[in-house]
Order: sequence, then structure tokens, then C-alpha cells
Amino acid sequence: MRFPFKTTYEQDIRLFRDRTTAVWYGVLVGVVLALPVLLSRYYIGEITWVFIYGICGLSLMVLVGYTGLVSLGHAAFLGIGAYAHAYFLQLGVPWVASVAIAVVITTACGIVVGLPALRMTGIYLAIATLAFAVIIQEVFTRWEAVTGGFSGMAVDKPVIFGVRLADEASFYYLCAAVLAVTLLLTRNLLRSSTGRAWVAIRDSEIAAQSMGVQLPLYKSFAFGYSAALMGLAGALFAHKIAYLAPDIFSILFSIQLLLLVIVGGLGSLHGVVFGAIFVALLPPIIAILRDSIPATMASVASATGVGVIGTIGRGRCPGSRPASSA
Amino acid sequence: MRGTWRHQTSSSGGTELATFLQLTLNGLAVGCIYGLVALGFVLIYKATELVNFAQGDLLMLGAFVAYMAVVWWGLDYWISFLIAALAVGAFGALLDMTVLRRVIGQPQFAVVMLTLGLGAVFRTFASVTWGSEIYTLPTPFSGVTQIAGVTLSHQYLSIIIATLILCAILYVFFGYTRVGVAMQATSQNQLAAYCMGIPVKMIFSLVWAISAALATAAGVLLAPVTLIDINMGLAVALKAFAAAVVGGFGSIPGALVGGITIGLIELYAGATLPEGIKNTAPYIVLLIMLAVRPQGLFGTPGRKRV
Repeated sequence: MRFPFKTTYEQDIRLFRDRTTAVWYGVLVGVVLALPVLLSRYYIGEITWVFIYGICGLSLMVLVGYTGLVSLGHAAFLGIGAYAHAYFLQLGVPWVASVAIAVVITTACGIVVGLPALRMTGIYLAIATLAFAVIIQEVFTRWEAVTGGFSGMAVDKPVIFGVRLADEASFYYLCAAVLAVTLLLTRNLLRSSTGRAWVAIRDSEIAAQSMGVQLPLYKSFAFGYSAALMGLAGALFAHKIAYLAPDIFSILFSIQLLLLVIVGGLGSLHGVVFGAIFVALLPPIIAILRDSIPATMASVASATGVGVIGTIGRGRCPGSRPASSA
Repeated sequence: MRGTWRHQTSSSGGTELATFLQLTLNGLAVGCIYGLVALGFVLIYKATELVNFAQGDLLMLGAFVAYMAVVWWGLDYWISFLIAALAVGAFGALLDMTVLRRVIGQPQFAVVMLTLGLGAVFRTFASVTWGSEIYTLPTPFSGVTQIAGVTLSHQYLSIIIATLILCAILYVFFGYTRVGVAMQATSQNQLAAYCMGIPVKMIFSLVWAISAALATAAGVLLAPVTLIDINMGLAVALKAFAAAVVGGFGSIPGALVGGITIGLIELYAGATLPEGIKNTAPYIVLLIMLAVRPQGLFGTPGRKRV
């Protein structure tokens, strides 16, 4: 790792640290583009999960890793996005418009959930979001006119501007593109005054407030933005999983998403991708390595991971800082 | 997250008052369970400022140990109860000594994830050891008593009476024994307690043991009502959380009052409001409570130091 000598402020906030880094990102983009040609359909499908989990992780990273607000109910936003998208697709709304509506709905929900968060910190916020998630899951089950209740809801392959993305590879590219765009968007937000305000809130609310950061505004923004990303991920998730049922969006799924950002490293965008790789690929890798290992071993492995990482208190990325204590 | 309470409704039709009394009795019993689990949260939180999300899974472990003792080894119900409480209590203390003591003072978030992860490990352990079947724990309380159209199920009565006894024991323990007073001192000021010669670490382990034993008691009492399976703890723990928050996190009477409040609300809502509200009512109450009075019924508003 090289340490550039920074002489100007622009160096501190530029998109890539130096030219070498930019070149490596270019190589990464090339590899991601080339993968569908090289790998079989099964692997493409699994890597698509990495991208979808990556968007979910990005959403939670903004909230937990950068703003310091813990949410134990983010699977609910994923569900709202997925169900809204699937519902509007059924009504015959074009794909892009349907995704946009789903994102707007989840954003609105995020801001509403964020409102009580303006008064709560730490454990209380975690419990409130947990309660919200349980209520939303019950809504998914009971609102049969929209969600189909227990019997579930089938989701067709995406059709974008008349092009049907039926095969794994084209959906892979779609998800990769969405992840890349959202990563870039988030990175840009983080290096603007908004991002600095979020980090300031995470490190010390009182200090941030005394420096003129408007807590309600920026916290609501963080919640809204996080929910919007989750809604977007939900739309892709709906296509990927092809069949929505209320019990997918459980508390345990929310915990898995939290696991993702913690394993990746709180306060790191690279961590999002590493975490997504960990969460999405660990179960298939274990399955491939030893077919004889019972499925429960996968959960033991991830649970042990939680234990180890929880004890260490920080994720795997060296540049990351743990979230401030609440 | 579906509650699996099997309710005994009065078979004789009964008057509206009888139905109301029936619901109140059942709600009290359910609430006592929530209160016991919430009490476990609160004790640990007061002493160590850790929030234990694995409490529900300790409850599940306790119920399974009691089941093993009664059915596999053929022991008496009360002896099994005691064995389960001691075993899971010792396990709780061990958990504190090996794992949780190390995260004191870490960000609360890390603690949440750690205890959630531990809960997942316990559930996996249970599913490997006991399988994912549903078990019935035979108890000495199977009868019912009819009083004025109200069915007094002995199972529910046993829950209420046992909770009262446990509360009395805890009250005496905390108020009148050396160890109990030392625990109070530790939760008020760790450093001062340490300076007065109180073995703070041992006190922490003991608090964990008591919490785990309380969870076990709740689990064994709950076992005949919801039956034993590996996921029995999760739903109860979530509602007990609601109870702890409603009562004011960190208040011991608050935990019990909160538990009973949540239990009563759950049953009244289930009887009068449309289906689906019953499962969500505790959480709706929790959200309202957090919005209106975040410190809970008995809590004192905390101010964060810079």
C-alpha cells in the first residue's frame, strides 16, 4: 500500500486516489465484463447474487457504516421494493417506470421510519426498526390483494424497452451496471458535504450539531437514500428470486445484511463488495467443497464469523473505522 | 414470527364478562412469560450495559434441557426444572466468562451482532442435537378449574404463580443478601464497587447465570403452552424486547409491568381486532411508546455525555 503525500484538498476528495488505482478499477471492470464469457451459467447466476447483495450492502453501509444509525429491519425495505416492483409490473407498467415507482415508495417508507429515528439512538433505534420489519412482514402476509399473501407472487424476467433479459448473462450485466452506478453515486455523495455530514454524525452527533450539521435533515436523508437503494435492490431481487413470499423478508435476512456490512468493514465501500462476496458466495462454496456437509453448517460458519468479527469489533478492511458507540 | 399460543376459550359460551376475564387471565400468563424474559434482558443491561439478543435462544435451550431430563432420563418434573435452570444458568455464566466479558465497552452494535450470532449458533446446535421436530413436555398441571364460566387452566395458573414466586425470590435476593446488594452496587458504579472489594467480574457472571436461569424458567413454563421447537425463543424474545422497552429499559419492575402490558394487549387485540393485528399489536405499541415516551413507563430519561 502506497501513501500519497497530499498537498491539496482536491487530492483528499478525488474519485480515485491516483492513476494506478484508476487503472486497477479499469481492469476490474474488464474482468466483470468478461466473466459471463468465461464461466458457466451456474456461476454467472451466483455472481449476480453478489451484485444484488452488493446494492443491499451499499444501502446498509450508508446508514450503519457512515451515518452510524443501526437498522435491524432493512429486509423490510427490500421487500417493499420487491413487492412494489412486482405489483406494478403486473399492472403493465413499463420496467423502468415500475422500478422508479418502487424506489419512490421505499424512499417514502424510509423517511417515515427515519422520523422516529431522529429522537432515538443505538439500541432503541435497532429495536424500533426491528418492530417495523415485523409489522411490514405481517402486512406482506395479510395484504393479499397486492402481495398474494402466503401463496406468493411470481415475477417474470425483466423486459427493458422491449428487450427481454431472459438469459443469466444479460441479467448479470444489468445487475453489474446497477451496482456500478449506485457505487459511483454513493462514492460521489460521500465525498461531498453530505457524506462529510454523515460521517460527522456517526463520529459525534453533538460535535456535528455544533459545527452546523442539521441532524434531522441529514439523518432523514441517510434513511431515505438507504431505503431507495434497498428498493432498487428489491426490484432486481424480485426478478432474481422469481417468486416472492412473505417469509423471505424476515428478521434473519436483515441480520444477514448486517453481517454483510460488518464482515466487509463498517465505513468502507470496498467492504460492501467484499461483504457481498462473503455472504453470497459462502453457501455455494461450502456446497461445492463438500456435498456431504449439512446445510446447517453454512449457518454455523456465518454465525461463527459473526462471533469473531463482533469480538474484534471492526471489519476486514484496514482503512475502516468502527462505528462510534451509541 | 407467528405466535403459536393455543388458547383455551371458554366452551360454555359464557357472558361477555367471562370472556373478558378469560382473556385477562390468559393475557396475564402470557405477559408473565414476556416479563420473565424481559427481566433477563434488564438484569444484564443494568449490570453490564450489554443487550442480549440471545435471551430467547437461552429460553429454548432451557426448555430442551428440561425436556431431555423429563422424557429421556425419566426424572421428576420439578427436579428437571431445577436441573435445566442450573445447567443453563451455568452455561450463561460460562458464556460471560469466555465471550461476552470481552465486548464490554465495545460499540453497542458489535454486542448486538455478537449476541444475535450466538443465538444463531444455539439454534443450529439445537437443530443438530434435538432435530427440528416439535416436542411436548409433560407437566403435572394439566387440569382445568371452572369458576363462573371462566376456565382456569392450571398451565396458565402455574405460569402466573411461578412468576410471582420468582419475583419474590429475586426481591429478597437483591434487597437482603450480600451478593444481591453487591450486584446493585456494581450496576450503579462499577469502579466504586471494585474499590469496595466487590469481585465485579464474578458478579457479571452471576448476573448472566441468573438471567439464563430466568430464561429457562420462562421456557419450561411456556413449554406446555407453545410446545418446544428450535424457534420457540425468537418470537418470545422479540415481544419481550417490546416489553422491556415499554417498561423502560433498565427498570426491573418496568420489565414485569411491560411484559404484562404487552401480553394483555396482544390477547385483547387478538380477540377484538381483525386477524393479523394480534401478531403486530405488541410492536405497534412499542413504536408508539418509542415515539411518545422513549424512556418507557418506569425509565428515567438518560442524557448522553459528550
